[in-house]
Amino acid sequence: MKILIQVLAVTIFAAPVIAEEAYEVLLDSMVDKGFVTLERLKQDELQAFCSKPRSAEVNEERAAALRKAALEDVPPPADGVYLGDWQRGHTVASSGRGLQYSDDPTQANGGNCYACHQLDPEEMAYGTLGPSLTGYGARGQSKAMLDYTWTKLWNTHAYNVCSHMPRFGAAGILTEQQLQDVMAFLFDPKSPVNKSQL
Amino acid sequence: MFKGSLTSFLFIFMAFWSGVILSETEGVFDEYRELLGDDNPAIFVIYDGEEIWFAPGGPKSVSLEQCDLGLGPGIVEGAYAQLPRYFADVDRVQDIEARLEYCMVNLQGRTQDSIHARPYSLRGDLGTELEALVAWIADQSNGLDIAPRQAHAKERASYSLGETLFYYRAGPHDFSCATCHEQTGRRIRLQALPNLTTHEGAGAAFGSWPAYRISQGIVRTMGWRMRDCLRQQRMPELIMGSEASIALQTYLAVNGAGAPMAAPGLKR
Repeated sequence: MKILIQVLAVTIFAAPVIAEEAYEVLLDSMVDKGFVTLERLKQDELQAFCSKPRSAEVNEERAAALRKAALEDVPPPADGVYLGDWQRGHTVASSGRGLQYSDDPTQANGGNCYACHQLDPEEMAYGTLGPSLTGYGARGQSKAMLDYTWTKLWNTHAYNVCSHMPRFGAAGILTEQQLQDVMAFLFDPKSPVNKSQL
Repeated sequence: MFKGSLTSFLFIFMAFWSGVILSETEGVFDEYRELLGDDNPAIFVIYDGEEIWFAPGGPKSVSLEQCDLGLGPGIVEGAYAQLPRYFADVDRVQDIEARLEYCMVNLQGRTQDSIHARPYSLRGDLGTELEALVAWIADQSNGLDIAPRQAHAKERASYSLGETLFYYRAGPHDFSCATCHEQTGRRIRLQALPNLTTHEGAGAAFGSWPAYRISQGIVRTMGWRMRDCLRQQRMPELIMGSEASIALQTYLAVNGAGAPMAAPGLKR
């Protein structure tokens, strides 16, 4: 009985806001703007699962299932070629535009890699939310490395559920060609990412 | 109290702009801030805000002097620092922007639509009345502790909602506020990111808005900051004074409670 009262007390007084309520509030608090509509507020399974603090307890079973689902859903490049043009990849990595209502939707999206990662060591305006990727190509171009990196870019949650990185392939942010170009920017020995390693 | 420094401010301002090309580096903004010392271009906007508060306006041609910002009708000093808070007359929690809207509608007879048509100025615009009023009202809390109430159940519910929204991931990029503001000592490109889940980070952030944005030449409010963060998260447009906007601000204000208000601040 005592436990029941405690449970009730917690339920009534600490009543955590559930995601469904948050969604309803957001629907009432926002308006469509240009090509960005309220449709974007709807969470998919992964987004709902990952909407909590880093310190929160993780349901390992659910996490494993989501990781598996993400991994199974990654297509290899259609033409089987992982590496495109590193110079075009540099452009994709540098551009932060795309999919904001202030952006022109007819222009190509960027990957905004520099927002969070160091890449070309000569570019000083890099962010630190993600690890430095300078010298990434030194890890070699084995099938395993190429496949790992392609998967990471396509859907980061295949390895690290609730990573903060966008699902560049799975969410359709970048095209397959752009992803191949970013891959080349990371791996090509001539890319400035790897210059200092030679 | 600003008059004496106004002339020197203008000289420094002009000297600065003639000699320096603004780049995206924070170093230049620091230099600019140093040159300005205690001066802030927001003072002009603060003057405007004070004038607007006392001037008859709206269809009823009434001033905002009887507006109750939480400390009683007409009491502006210290009002900003205790917001957002619960207001019995509307039975909900309001931030400064929602409260001003309420007063403009109920005292001055303005329509909600007229206020929402352009609550925040566009880049290169002259500022809006709302921005000027918020700048002046915040200046009247400068130096006071951030002290939002958490006494009413709806105030606590607003905090809880704000916390949930802070971690709410959605949109094509899976972003939430937490994507950028849950860690300490990180930056995006060269821009330092406050950890808004901590007292230090939230206090410094909440206390420095509204702020004069050097790169935009305009005073921006905390509500605008929320809207613009959500734009960058690839979300739709946040409505000024909406429940989500207020809840997010409540979350920040409560996390930062006890830190000093230092607004209008001066930002890149």
